[in-house]
Amino acid sequence: MSLAKHGSAPTSLTSVSMGRKVKDRLVQVLVYLAFALAVIPLVSVLWMVIKNGIGRFDLDFFSFSQNGIGPRDAGGGAYHAIIGTLEQVLLTSVMAVPLGILTAVYLVEYGQDRRLARTISFFVDVMTGIPSIVAGLFILAFWLLLLGFSFSGFAGALALAILMLPTVVRSAEEMLKLVPNELREASFALGVPRWRTVCFVVLPTALSGIVSGVMLAVARVMGETAPLLLLVFVTSSINMNPFSGPQMALPVFIWDQAGQPNDTAIARAWTAALTLILIIMALNLTARLIARLRRPASR
Amino acid sequence: MAKRIEVSGLHAYYGQVHAIEDISMSVEPRSVTAFIGPSGCGKSTFLRTLNRMHEVIPAARVEGKVLLDSEDLYGSEVDPVAVRRVVGMVFQRPNPFPTMSIYDNVAAGLKLNGMRGKSRLDEVVERSLRGANLWNEVKDRLNRPGAGLSGGQQQRLCIARAIAVEPQVLLMDEPCSALDPISTLAIEDLIAKLKEHYTIVIVTHNMQQAARVSDRTAFFNIAGTGQPGRLIEVDDTSKIFTNPVEKATEDYITGRFG
Ligand SMILES: Nc1ncnc2c1ncn2[C@@H]1O[C@H](COP(=O)(O)OP(=O)(O)O)[C@@H](O)[C@H]1O
Ligand SMILES: [Mg+2]
Repeated sequence: MSLAKHGSAPTSLTSVSMGRKVKDRLVQVLVYLAFALAVIPLVSVLWMVIKNGIGRFDLDFFSFSQNGIGPRDAGGGAYHAIIGTLEQVLLTSVMAVPLGILTAVYLVEYGQDRRLARTISFFVDVMTGIPSIVAGLFILAFWLLLLGFSFSGFAGALALAILMLPTVVRSAEEMLKLVPNELREASFALGVPRWRTVCFVVLPTALSGIVSGVMLAVARVMGETAPLLLLVFVTSSINMNPFSGPQMALPVFIWDQAGQPNDTAIARAWTAALTLILIIMALNLTARLIARLRRPASR
Repeated sequence: MAKRIEVSGLHAYYGQVHAIEDISMSVEPRSVTAFIGPSGCGKSTFLRTLNRMHEVIPAARVEGKVLLDSEDLYGSEVDPVAVRRVVGMVFQRPNPFPTMSIYDNVAAGLKLNGMRGKSRLDEVVERSLRGANLWNEVKDRLNRPGAGLSGGQQQRLCIARAIAVEPQVLLMDEPCSALDPISTLAIEDLIAKLKEHYTIVIVTHNMQQAARVSDRTAFFNIAGTGQPGRLIEVDDTSKIFTNPVEKATEDYITGRFG
């Protein structure tokens, strides 16, 4: 398309060449198609879990454990597994979130490409690649076999923390890097020391992003099964104390019930899956709400 | 409370890059000094050496002396954080803290340095906003986010934020270059008013602005790309604009280059 350079009639402003229109349409169709393809698994998983899980989504499920209930029996519930999952993931987060955020703060605000920062960054990358079973075996060898502690929710939380840490570091690091340098400079120029700048300017600015990153990490860790089988073991009764004795967790409960041949057990597995999804969604929503409520500044 | 600045033999580097070379000049208290010169000649770099903001950039360093009423800012005992409380700064692009309200933006410097007490803070916030000619526009919405203001209002908010900590010197790096003519006039009026209390240094690309607001003007230039920037001459603004000593200054002011 020469731009009317050689004396040809000036191209009109409204007519776009045919080829360009076709290309535009084609790309549009491809984009919609890709979106639909990406949504199919999501919707079908949700649909299957809701359809199969709604049957046992009753009060019993949330108030009873599996104590004294065999795979064939109706009733029973996942109360013990819900308690276990919540306690284990809480312990995991208490360990991994502050450590991860502080590491990210060091890398972005203080490290400035020093050798220590580069080394830490390298090991965070290595940690990202650790398979969950390996983290579980490491804690098994270290905490249970070497130090002689026995099964507990806390042992499981240690392994989960290893898995959660690199995710938190990486996502918090990305969010901190997004904070414009101008804000740090504005704060320094007011005579505010670096640590206060980090606490009161940089972290609040990155807060909602960090919260989403942490929630993703929590969601990922909440579905881990392998390390818990090694370190927390399975039980059908309620154990409120995460520091001693086997505990149940939702993913382990799902694995346990889904492995039984009976419809009653399989129905419980579906409901547990639905519960797990709902817990993660609820946590996500609360976190977002908190991040939003904190945002509008007031006196 | 305004202070005099005396710079001697100042060099600034970014790693291996020699950005400004051997600058010596003085800035009088309660006056406006304008820095002019082509882009890249080191005006911002020089400005940032005056409140030790230069060294915030990794690998950046400074040689030479900057005396603030006879106290060397680069003395070994001196805390850069304390220097920045005395020598405030306003940046080219308005940069209010996005998570804070208008009120909190102005109070930020005091709050972050540990000042408490609502009535005292209220008083400082009102005084600073009045000082920045912004009070009447925002007094009914102090709790709204600072980022919701127009560009010119945001820049005046940043000026209010800077004067809230009661500095003695105020450095401004092209404070109007992102603003429309009306907001620019508002800021220029403000500079004329602030000059009664502060020592002001302003970098500007706008000759008319330099002529309008400043008492003294410093012209900087660069011999070529990769060369360090140098101070060519500094004198009363009227002298620089009508009868400069250096040929380069005259060429620049009459628009023959740069
Ligand atoms: N952060 C930086 N890192 C490396 N070099 C820089 C940096 N900032 C500025 N410079 C260099 O220093 C010189 C002076 O820049 P600057 O002070 O911004 O000039 P001006 O404000 O007069 O336009 C330029 O050559 C620029 O490339
Ligand atoms: Mg500049």
